[in-house]
Amino acid sequence: MSRLTDANVAIAYEIIGRYPRPKSALIPILHLAQEQDGYVAQDSMKHIAELVGVTSAEVFGTASFYEMFKFEPVGKYLLNICGTLSCALMGSEELMHHAEKRLGIKAGSTTPDGLITLEHAECQAACTEAPCLQVNYRYRFKMTPAELDTLIDDLAGGKLADEIPSHGVLAMVRQHIPAERGVGAVAPEEVNESPEWLNGKSAL
Amino acid sequence: MTSTYAHAPGFVAGDRPKIVTSRFEFADSYTIERYLATNGYAGLRAALSQPAASVHDEVKNATVLGRGGAGFPAGTKWGLTPQEVWPRYLVVNGDESEPGTYKDRLLMERDPHQLIEGCLIACYAAGLSRCFLYIRGEMALAQERVATALNEAYAAGFIGKNILGTKFSVDIVLHWGAGAYVVGEETALIESLEGNRGMPRLKPPFFPAANGLYGQPTIVNNVETLANLPWLLCNGSEAFTAIGTKTSPGTRMVAVSGHVKRPGVFEIINGVTTFRDLLYGEEFCGGIRNDNKLKAFVPGGGSAPWFTPDQLDLPFEASQVGPAGSMLGSGAIMVMDETTDIPAAALTLTRFYAHESCGKCTPCREGGTWLERILTRVVEGTGTDADLDQLIEVGSSICPGDFPHASNADLGLAAVPFPYKMTTICFVGPSAYAPIHSALTLFRSEFEARVTTRKRIPVTAGHAL
Repeated sequence: MSRLTDANVAIAYEIIGRYPRPKSALIPILHLAQEQDGYVAQDSMKHIAELVGVTSAEVFGTASFYEMFKFEPVGKYLLNICGTLSCALMGSEELMHHAEKRLGIKAGSTTPDGLITLEHAECQAACTEAPCLQVNYRYRFKMTPAELDTLIDDLAGGKLADEIPSHGVLAMVRQHIPAERGVGAVAPEEVNESPEWLNGKSAL
Repeated sequence: MTSTYAHAPGFVAGDRPKIVTSRFEFADSYTIERYLATNGYAGLRAALSQPAASVHDEVKNATVLGRGGAGFPAGTKWGLTPQEVWPRYLVVNGDESEPGTYKDRLLMERDPHQLIEGCLIACYAAGLSRCFLYIRGEMALAQERVATALNEAYAAGFIGKNILGTKFSVDIVLHWGAGAYVVGEETALIESLEGNRGMPRLKPPFFPAANGLYGQPTIVNNVETLANLPWLLCNGSEAFTAIGTKTSPGTRMVAVSGHVKRPGVFEIINGVTTFRDLLYGEEFCGGIRNDNKLKAFVPGGGSAPWFTPDQLDLPFEASQVGPAGSMLGSGAIMVMDETTDIPAAALTLTRFYAHESCGKCTPCREGGTWLERILTRVVEGTGTDADLDQLIEVGSSICPGDFPHASNADLGLAAVPFPYKMTTICFVGPSAYAPIHSALTLFRSEFEARVTTRKRIPVTAGHAL
């Protein structure tokens, strides 16, 4: 619902400063907005447009292409069960049926208490550990229906709060380039010489 | 029994030469302390001790083939930039999402400094003044590990201004996606990095090496490709080419998943190891689960035409797998045993590509969806005979002409070599058709049975659960 907080605006400016063109910072800042509110709110997209110097339609145009951005609130935990070939071969279909039955909802919807949104996901790059799933993009491997039950119990009981932050928080570590170490971003039209180290000599 | 590491799920070390996975045995392999204690950043020092051009030559001499899918030599790619156009950029493709592929994520989670060192070597050799490291959005742990490693490396003076006190200065910017398979295609990756919808660009004119990020010359390299460079610079191109074959030197990371006894990720010797070794060898997967019969396998990621037991003795060598009717792609093998319901298995892949179509090219946007709908009908038992022909017809409008397939003596099929013709900009469209074409060519009777039985059965009977 909200614009970015002052603290997040400061982070946004730091991110923008890393790119030769500000628009490149759009996706990272959209993640920041989703981290703040749990989803990407309309007001935050307007705010991002101001920060990056594009129209809010352009922000939504980019954001709507990517599946991870949600434009309405979702559950605290997004449960993505993979259904592509390797997982399908190892029983992901049964896992999904079990999840739907256990949670009492269909894939694509949220439990009435707002705890879990269940989604059918595509390949998560853990194919040898099939069937796999992600909770807020944290992996669980070789899942059985019984393990899924335990996982849901633990999520409901708050036992995984330290390991799995609520939806929107992705990496819990940010890159920070110290001012005295960074080279800095320069618009491409302002550079027309070859880098200094390409002088035919060894650098060291 | 070969060793597996709890901290690197799926990875099996084995008793083989290791170029990119040498630190996986350490639980703290991702820290700068461990990295420095195990020859870390020595490759960067070796590179900076010679002129950039000779580092470039070293990489060219080693013939480091791109590990992302296309297999184009990295050294040659770096040389394709137009003369005297500056600045030039490096974009690292860490958007691993090809079905079956599981290697770049491990490399980023387990050894992020190795990747960073590889990026620095590439930037030095090819005169690239800024590096963007694009990680798939869904990989939170990889993002955290790489962010931490970048912060450590900046603090230690390995990245940024005047690296190791030299004139070499480069920033590495961490960037991550937000969920779109097609962004793994290099021009789509660049669009995404510019803050746009991740749709591929037309080539020509948008060959990244000439006209890439912000219209500047841009090198796009895969994570595994770059991870090879520190070892290469420490040990030299002769040591590198001593492993593997002349046309495919070095090692490759391969993930074998599906119906094998021990699915796993292996660093194998390039060009020599055969599919039979991988599927049945004791040091690899140890055979098909329950000693079942092998029905088919996908040799190189979800986009690749399928192989049957007839092709088991082919080595992991692009120059042999291509003429045999498929591709090595991103080093992903998916194994299906005799219990597999082939039409349903093909559907999981076709659904993936139909779902991931960006919508730019009509044959893929419309055709992919049609293929998914028709095949769903067939799998659910409400299809007709005409649907099977319709699948081929729709597929042929995405890929006109002969589609690659493997030879099969029983069916009297001769191999049609890879690649195919296509009516789309990128490979997502043809990829939606690949599983259908393979499945229909090799196992047509299963589809024919389906259009008459009209009964829904699960993807596989008696899975391992």
